[in-house]
Amino acid sequence: MQGEGNVDILIRGGRVIDPDGDVDRIADVWVRNGAIDEITPPRTAPEGRRGLLVLDASDKVVCPGLVDVHTHLRDPGQEEKETIATGALAAVRGGFTTICCMANTSPPVDNRALVEYILRTANAVGLARVYPLATVTLGMAGRELAEMADLAEAGAVAFSDDGKPIMDSAVMRHALEYSRLIDRPIMVHEEDAALTGGAVMNEGPVATRLGLKGWPGIAEEIMIARDLLLLEHVGGRLHLAHVTTAGGVDLIRRARERGLRFSAETTPHHLTMTDEWVAGYRPSGKTAIPYDTDTKMNPPLRTEHDRQALIDAVRDGTLDFISTDHAPHAEVDKMCEYGAAAFGITGLETALGSLLGLVHEGQLELDLLIRRLTIDAAHSFNLPAGTLRPGAPADVCIFDPNHVWTVEPSRFASKGKNTPLKGESLRGQVTATVCRGRLAYLNEERQSIVSGEEVIA
Amino acid sequence: MNRKDVLDLDDFSADEIERVLVGAEAMREVLSRPIKRVPPLRGKTIVNLFYEASTRTRISFELAAKNLSADVVNVSASGSSVEKGESLVDTIRTLQALGADVVVMRHSLAGAPYLVAQHLRGSVINAGDGWHAHPTQALLDLFTIRQRFTRLNGLNVVIVGDILHSRVARSNVWGLSRMGARVILCGPPTLIPDFGANGHRAGLPPVEIDYDFDRCIQRADVVMALRIQKERQVGGLLPNLREYVKLYQLTEERLKRARPGALVMHPGPMNEGVEIEPAVARGSQSVIEEQVTNGVAIRMALLYLVAGERADLAVA
Repeated sequence: MQGEGNVDILIRGGRVIDPDGDVDRIADVWVRNGAIDEITPPRTAPEGRRGLLVLDASDKVVCPGLVDVHTHLRDPGQEEKETIATGALAAVRGGFTTICCMANTSPPVDNRALVEYILRTANAVGLARVYPLATVTLGMAGRELAEMADLAEAGAVAFSDDGKPIMDSAVMRHALEYSRLIDRPIMVHEEDAALTGGAVMNEGPVATRLGLKGWPGIAEEIMIARDLLLLEHVGGRLHLAHVTTAGGVDLIRRARERGLRFSAETTPHHLTMTDEWVAGYRPSGKTAIPYDTDTKMNPPLRTEHDRQALIDAVRDGTLDFISTDHAPHAEVDKMCEYGAAAFGITGLETALGSLLGLVHEGQLELDLLIRRLTIDAAHSFNLPAGTLRPGAPADVCIFDPNHVWTVEPSRFASKGKNTPLKGESLRGQVTATVCRGRLAYLNEERQSIVSGEEVIA
Repeated sequence: MNRKDVLDLDDFSADEIERVLVGAEAMREVLSRPIKRVPPLRGKTIVNLFYEASTRTRISFELAAKNLSADVVNVSASGSSVEKGESLVDTIRTLQALGADVVVMRHSLAGAPYLVAQHLRGSVINAGDGWHAHPTQALLDLFTIRQRFTRLNGLNVVIVGDILHSRVARSNVWGLSRMGARVILCGPPTLIPDFGANGHRAGLPPVEIDYDFDRCIQRADVVMALRIQKERQVGGLLPNLREYVKLYQLTEERLKRARPGALVMHPGPMNEGVEIEPAVARGSQSVIEEQVTNGVAIRMALLYLVAGERADLAVA
């Protein structure tokens, strides 16, 4: 479906923001032969010609296709929640052209056959580029290391038991040591399980009010501290997944000051929502019913103090980039009592819109946000993505930063409709996505094609 | 009052609580009659849906409903489709289709009644959900206190025991605070959750927390002892019951230091000899049995308010 026979694409007259190439100006972006060819000053419309697709990007932002290193595609094994095909489509609808999928499938990705299955399936789907992660330990049991070298050779870009912490410090030490051999990050889900047994939301007054068992921030921070100490001791490559607390940010900042090298991410929801959402609060002024199971996620939504610390950390680079932790679930997993519901929130199709809210509020600069969603993530995971430099793969996201839209999960491409943003308004929406040199998504109501053949991969 | 559901007291105003208490006074009068049955809920179907074992609350609701001439169906988790893995929402849709006007529910998971209320056209009364709320218990406690003091405003109420796992404590915090009483929560630090500080209280009313029972009981107009469960020791929250008894048991000796005429309350079921001395439970200051009787009146008042046809309380 991709590769040969690409038409050329001209994305005309948009505000082109490419933090990697230090570009922020009104310009035309030319895509030829599946690669970014050049960025030229805006010109009056060239005549449409056969083999050239022209997209009008005036009043829109044109940036590198977004990169998400933390997506749950649930495939194989839980196809009722998501498949590689639905996830890859949800990705391009959200502006993401590169996603890394988590290894906690059923069975988990702890052998070469499953890495190959994911790559083969994603390639056949042909939408977003999908890079698999593999598990750190066999069966995610936290005991024996998976064959990381073999898995890396098969195409695993990083290793993670995400969803579960690696509680055994010796196992974590050996994983970090071994990562020196394969030069791939060990991505850790930080949660001291002894402190979170039965917990369903952040510990604090909101949990007290709702009578729900609290999940203290220190459960995350204790493990971050442990792994930073292990990293200092044995070296290797460490990536901290979904950092959610002010205390965690502080530990990371101090470790960086000591010269430690590692990467860390946070999520759109932890940057935009708090534990008050569980009690029904919404910043929009709407009141939702308390105990909305779509607010249940791991790690849980934290306090406003934590949220502000995360925003500061994204701004100053203490946190390297933002990942969605897109965690789709079927309706039956969520239409139940809060304590019985699955953990997780979908993110691919709302990430950009919710994060642009921070830009509109003046909390983040637009070019910085784009940097954190593109080149910074790609760098940390050594992915060939996140840039509009000439010669780079033609992965481009076009969005209208000001269009206000209502989140309707029933319209998601993702099978996971689980988001507490349902019914909320977001300002900023993807209008078209180019991936692998082809138009992978077009919002027909919002994005006009000036001329050319409409080719959707 | 046009209230569909009674899920917690956090959305009750002082006025609304007052109306329930006044309604319960009328119901107490009904209960004092030789024939304790009035007709206002004739033809209404009330389902007691209990996912957790309960004797006193279930019987109290059943009697309340029968006194109002409603038809009552008791559904317990055992012996129903619940055991076959049916979801709560499916169960509710079934009860809806069967014509339930009111579902009274007890559930081990906090928030379950909110889910039910979304899927049921009829009313939901929360008879206890996890650690979250037990609004009818709190209302009967308010009623019982006011019966003795004729007011709630300005009273000091010490709630002692396992606050962390107590829905009774949480609902009483709301109800007592709304009515102007001062709530003092007492227990070991491992069993008192975070009620927040100024500005970060998640909307919770202000409470005082004191780990020293001997100190805070001196200010008490009311002492409410909570059941302490043996599994808390296994969970590592308590060294053992012996130490708990030493520090927090409501004894005659301790009660002497409370304000004169202080009331002794307990939501039941009691572990006599653990959180309360048997002599105190049955002593002259105890209103524990009164609480049980008042529970029927409060539940009658609430059932009438959510399911009754007439706007007034002329039940005679």
